[in-house]
Formats: sequence, C-alpha cells, structure tokens
Amino acid sequence: MLKLMKPAVLLVIAVLAFAAPARAEGIETFTTPAGIEVWLKSEPTIPILALDFAFRGGASLDPADRPGIANMVSGLLDEGAGDLDSKAFQDRLDELSVQLSFDAGRDEFHGGLTTLIENQDEAFELLRLALNEPRFDPEPVERIRGQILISLRSAAEDPNAVAWDAFTAAAFPDHPYGRPVDGTEESVAEITDAELHGFVTDAFARDRLIVAAVGAIDAATLAPLVDKAFAGLPATGATLDVPDVTAQAGKVEVIDMDVPQSAIAFGLPGISRDDPDFYAAFVLNKALGGGGLNTRLFEEVRKKRGLVYSVGTYLYPYEHAGLWLGSAGTQNARAGETLDVIRDVLADVVENGISQTELDDAKAYLTGSFPLQLSSNAGIASMLVTMQVDRLGADYLEQRNSYIDAVTPEDVQRVAARLLDPDNMLVVVTGRPEGVTPSVAN
Amino acid sequence: MHRLPRLIPVLLLLVLALPAQSVSARAGMFGAESFTLENGMEVVVIPDHRAPVVTQMVWYKVGSADETAGKNGLAHFLEHLMFKGTETTPDGEFSYIVARNGGTENAFTSYDYTAYFQNVAADRLELVMGLEAERMTGLVISDEDVETERQVILEERRMRTDNNPSAILSEQVRAAQYYIHSYGWPVIGWNHEIEGLTHQDVVDFYRAHYAPNNAILVIAGDVTLDEVRPLAEATFGRIPAAEVAPRVRAGDPPQSAARRVVMEDPRAAQPSIQMSYMAPTHVTGPSETAYALEALAEVLSGSTTSRLYRDLVVDKGIAASAGAWYDSDALDPSRFGFWIVPADGRTAEEAEAALRAGIATLLADGITQEELDRAKTRMAADLIYARDSVSSIANWYGASLAVGLSIEEIEAWPEKIAEVTVEQVNQAAREIIVPGTEVTGVLLPQGGDDA
Repeated sequence: MLKLMKPAVLLVIAVLAFAAPARAEGIETFTTPAGIEVWLKSEPTIPILALDFAFRGGASLDPADRPGIANMVSGLLDEGAGDLDSKAFQDRLDELSVQLSFDAGRDEFHGGLTTLIENQDEAFELLRLALNEPRFDPEPVERIRGQILISLRSAAEDPNAVAWDAFTAAAFPDHPYGRPVDGTEESVAEITDAELHGFVTDAFARDRLIVAAVGAIDAATLAPLVDKAFAGLPATGATLDVPDVTAQAGKVEVIDMDVPQSAIAFGLPGISRDDPDFYAAFVLNKALGGGGLNTRLFEEVRKKRGLVYSVGTYLYPYEHAGLWLGSAGTQNARAGETLDVIRDVLADVVENGISQTELDDAKAYLTGSFPLQLSSNAGIASMLVTMQVDRLGADYLEQRNSYIDAVTPEDVQRVAARLLDPDNMLVVVTGRPEGVTPSVAN
Repeated sequence: MHRLPRLIPVLLLLVLALPAQSVSARAGMFGAESFTLENGMEVVVIPDHRAPVVTQMVWYKVGSADETAGKNGLAHFLEHLMFKGTETTPDGEFSYIVARNGGTENAFTSYDYTAYFQNVAADRLELVMGLEAERMTGLVISDEDVETERQVILEERRMRTDNNPSAILSEQVRAAQYYIHSYGWPVIGWNHEIEGLTHQDVVDFYRAHYAPNNAILVIAGDVTLDEVRPLAEATFGRIPAAEVAPRVRAGDPPQSAARRVVMEDPRAAQPSIQMSYMAPTHVTGPSETAYALEALAEVLSGSTTSRLYRDLVVDKGIAASAGAWYDSDALDPSRFGFWIVPADGRTAEEAEAALRAGIATLLADGITQEELDRAKTRMAADLIYARDSVSSIANWYGASLAVGLSIEEIEAWPEKIAEVTVEQVNQAAREIIVPGTEVTGVLLPQGGDDA
C-alpha cells in the first residue's frame, strides 16, 4: 500500500509538460463541418478513444475577489446536465464506463473523455450535455462546495501546499496568477449559481477551444462527434485580457508551522515559451534540478550531504509570465544550510556554467526520454493539446529534439546569467526553520 | 499541466489510487508469456508494439515484512543503497548511464516485495538488463554512503509521515492491527530503528535475499519473448542461484476485541475515521473469499455511484467522502477497510455512527444483483482501459507474482470475477466484517470529541 518512491516520479511530472514524442508519424489535423480544428492520432490497437480538450482562459477568468469559480465548475459539470440530474448523469457514465474529467488550470480549462469505442456516441452526448447544459442543482452544488472547503482546510495543514500558495501570492501580487486556483474558504463559501453559469458562458466558447484525440477512430467518424459536443457552444466568450507580468523576487518569507520538516519553495522569474532562449533554459533546468536522479542539486544537496529526500526545479512558461521555481524539504535545523547550498550551486553555475558532460547528459536525457511520453494513447492526446496550447506546429514532434540538440554551452551560460540570481530569489519556508532570516522585498 | 505543482502528490496518489488498483488489476488479455532461467529466475514478457519503448522491472521477493524485529526499515534502506554502485559501475554511475540513454528509473519497497524499474527506448533494453543484473549481487557500499543515505531516509520519513497527521495515524492503526506480525511495522521503518541500522545489517540482508532465484524479471513493451530470452540468459542468467533466507513472519492471535486508536493533532484541520478488519488474500486463501471481497470493495466504493458514496455523501449528506478498500494480494492476512470524512458542519461521531449503520445494513440486507452487475461492468471496462498503460500492466504482473501467485491465477482473474455471485459476496462480507473485531482510527483536530 505504502509504496516508497524516489523523487524522480515527482520531477518527471514537471518535465512532461514540455517534452514531446517519437510516435509523431500519423498526426492528422482536420477541421470539422462546424469549423473546429482537431488533431488526431489513429491508434487501432485498443478499442478505446481518448479525447483531450482545453479552453484558453481557465482560472484567470475568475474575478479578483472570487477565486475558485473555475475550479468549482470543474467539479460540477458531471453532476447533472440537460434532463439528467446528478444521480442520473453519474449512473449513465457508470453504465457506459465513460470517464469524464475536468480541470481548471491557470491559463486553460482542461477536459478529457475516455470511452470504449462501442459507446462513443453516447459518450459524446454526455460530454455535450456537460458543456452546454450543466444544471448546477442545489444538492450537488452544496456537496461539491463542501468537498472543496474540506480540501482547502486539508491543504492549510500541508506545509508544502501552504508554501506554494504563499509563494505564488508573493510572486504575483494583484495578478490572477497570484490567486489560488482552488479559491479560499471565504470565496468558495460565497460562490453563487449565477457565477457558475456565468463562467460556463464566458469560458466555453469555440474561439478558444483546442481539441485532440487518440484512439481507434478515423477523422470521418470523429468529426461529427466533435461537432455534437462542441458546435453548439457560442462562437466567442469573455475577453481574455490577463496582463503580462514579471514574477516578483528578492524576498524571504517564513510561515510558522509546528512540523519537523521545513517545506522550502524558491524561485525567480523564468522564461516564456516563445523566447529564443527557451530551449537553453530547458536544458539548463534539467542539468540543475529538473528530473532524474542526477541533477546538480540532487548531487550536492541530497547525495553528498543527505540534506533532503526531494529537491527539484521546474520551468513554468505561463501564458503571461515565466516562472522558474524549486522545492526542497529538510529538517528544521538544517533549513538555512540547505538554502545556502542551493544558492552556492546557482552561483557556481552562473559563474562557471555547466560542464560539457553535464550539457551532453542533459540533452541526451531530454531527447532520449521523449518517446517515453508517447507510449500511451492518454500521453499522446495530452501532448497534442499541449502543443496547441503552446502554439507549436504539428511538426514539433519531429523538430523538438533538434531544438534541444542545438543548445550550446554558451547558450546555457548566457541563460544562466540571465535567469539565475541566487541572492535575489523569492523564498518561502513553512515550518520552524533555523538559519533562515525573513526579509522584505527590495 | 501548467499548474503549480503540489510538492508531494505522490503519497496521496498512492493512497488514493490503492482501492481502484487492487481491484482492476489483471487479465489474460495482455498477451504475457514467460519462461524460467536455469538459475530459477522467472521472466515475464508483455508485448505492446504501439511505441518503441520498453519497461524493465526486477521484483525481489523480499520486503519490510521480512525484516527481523529491531531492524525495521532495512529493506527500504537497501533499496536506497542499490543506487550507490558496483565494482564496474561505481559512484552512482548507474543513474547517469540510464539518464544518458534517455531512460527514466525508480524503485519502491513494500511489505512483501522490493522492485526496481527503468523505462527506455527498446534498443537500450540490453544495457539496462546488464546494469540491473550487475547490482543483483555486485553492490559495493561504503560507510559514508550508509550515513548519508540514512539522513536522506530520515528526511523521507519526515516528509511522508512525520509532517502529516493522517499518515501518522495510519501508521499507528496498522501497528494496532498487527500485534505481532511484521505487517504492523512501517515500510520506511520507525525513526529509532532507522537510526540504529548498520552497514553490516544492510549487507547481510542483501546477501540473504537478493539472488536470481528470489527475483522476477518483467519486460513490457516493444519486444518479444524470443528477443528477451538471449538477453536474459546473457545477463541475469550468468548469476548462480543462491540460498535464500526463508520468509519467516510470526502470526497474530485472533482479534477478539475491538481496538480504538485516537489521535488529536492541532495540525489536523479535518476529522477523519478509518476502520479495518483482518481479511484473507488470494495467497492465504480461500481465493473464493478474496474474489468476493474484491467485488465487494468495488460495489461499496468503485465509483461515485457506489453504495457508500451515494448513501453517505449524496443521500444523507453526512460525509464529504466515504469508501472501502481491500488489499487482495498480500502474502499473509491483510485488511478490508473503510474510511469516512465528515461533511462540512458534521461531527466525527455522526460520521462514524453513519458508517457503522451503513455496515450494519450491508451485513443485514446484503448487496443487490444490480450493484454486483454494475461493479462487474466497471471492472471489465477498467481492464480494457488498463491496456493503454503497459507499465501499469507490468506492475500488476510483478506485484502478483512477487507474492506467489501464478500467471494462470493472474490471467484467470476476469473469469473468476465474472463468476462471483451475490451470495458469495454477502457470505464473505459476513465472515470478514464482524463488528467488534475491527481497529478504528480517529483523527481529530485538537480539542475535538471522540465518540
């Protein structure tokens, strides 16, 4: 039951958002009769279909004083729609073994449908109902609201979750990215039916829709199904006007919590997805702390000193801001020492760059592990949506490794000097850390 | 996808994923084939040619339950040290080689087994087989490695358990469930025992348990058995069989009194209640009971239409979540359990009373044919969906084989589940869920009331 895993599992998750595949061949892009663009990979081996989709906007559409609406909608779309109340809708999903999922992200609202091919017509009808005619009946609304409130309270006892919320709030003050996607206890308690319906009208529009599918289906069969689910949505929705922003840094914050291990979040402004140095930053991040059991931070902080179980860094190229962030957990007594080691590692990379071996290893890992992400239908569908979200062409699957291979030591050193500023990081520590002095923003 | 990550989703995922995984596991539809090397190592090949990648898993039939009293945490400690090096691949070079070849890797320890795995491009299979074979018997570790890794493991324990009131309670409930059997010890070990483990302890444990005749190799992905066989013979096949220490576990006395573990913690924002009963497994037998209990767990808790969620969460509004789980594949008697989290504004007493009432109704009235049919439909669909992840399938085969089940037993699962009757489920429920023999765990925010 309790399976103990090394942190690679964790680190790899962050990398997934960027890397892409070798099963590239056979991606079809087509437009449905209603004008919806679809990326499809036919995969006849297993009689199932995975549909992934996203609407640009996501939780950034939540009003500043009412975070958590998008997230609450994501929990309610399969809780009653059209003529089917919550129980009837759930029963139907169950009878057909259809899996519907929704997730409110910062920049997009994501959805997924997995169905047996034999039930695909009914599955798309249920998806149509969920997106076009959600009911938001009182019973499911109050039930899901209660579950969200409980999960928010649980998060408030989790030192890592507390550190992250404080980190994003400090990095992006007065910006949608600084607000909690799941909302706050106060905001979630107040969300109204009108706000839930309003989000659906604002967010689910065809002009911001991205669709991808993988499974035992061809374009001619899929096109009318996609239209069934999405063609009835309005052509346009609310204006997407989130301003570009640079993450704030230069601050050390300590949040008191009586736990034996301090949760440390650290970071700096990152890099946007279309920046010419994005791939250099991607390679740099891998070498520094981005995945696998052999990054510079893993080596120095864990292997040599035994300071942590888990230490990792992540690049987050949001739509309107880049973020580079990292995490570590260490006993309270050694929190200051751990941060010092992390700062020293960054300073060394800024001054000396990374070695040719580190560069080669990072590139070999990033390019060689790419096919692993495309080994399942679900993985490919997710990748095809990510590529569209990031405005990459369908040829990205073939080109991606050449972008990584082209990164030179000079590129890495340049981007390290540009991004890494060890003495100016935003740091949030939850716990009773020793050797960490809180500061104010400079 | 572009959301900020929570730092420790892993533990939650594992705990939450458990019930689903334990019931949806296996099938003959995956095309697995097997053979045995001359040294006794069993090899299973699960072909999937959709992508040019493979997963290698090596499962050792040894876990934390095979430790001796006072040496708790040894199996997991060894798992960490297995990444340190061998004569020919020293100084953590193992992980560098895997990464340089585009591979991802990891390992995990459980009560009954320890497993190591790599995911790589299919043309790198031979390389990782060679590396894995090398560290089966050629591990070299220094005193310094042991000391540094001890600190890492203590941090791992702080992160997973000591920082988390629910995890602490679960550990205590387990300890209360098993008075004597080593399933009562945490896999990662108690702090004071981790602190006392020595270099010699680790080496002795390694020598006693790591041998080809005590291991299973599972290769899944873009390969065939004919391709794997010569590679396995040239790598693992060269290691001589060795004497393996027997798996000695002390049995528990009958559980003739209810036990209650209550934990108040100011960090716990939310009360929760868990309840567990001793249960037989596919390994201990009778297997008919195990199939029936798997079906029962699915009926009670397989989806949001299942009995406990619908009754306690939707209809009565007493709980925010409620469910059941069953660990069907343990080597020794395991547990059938329930949990409930009270709804916003409801107390722990109300929730516990409602759960006990739900259990009483189950025992009195039994489940319905419709409930069982729905559960079977879901389990059958889950098997089809499972085919999308060949590494998960490798996991299921490995975990089942490591506790002593045969491939035939694994592949008969869909058929056996399809044959389960309402009467069998009700009989198994009444046999196992005997009020007064459970361990109840209650987590309360400080100052909360226990029933």
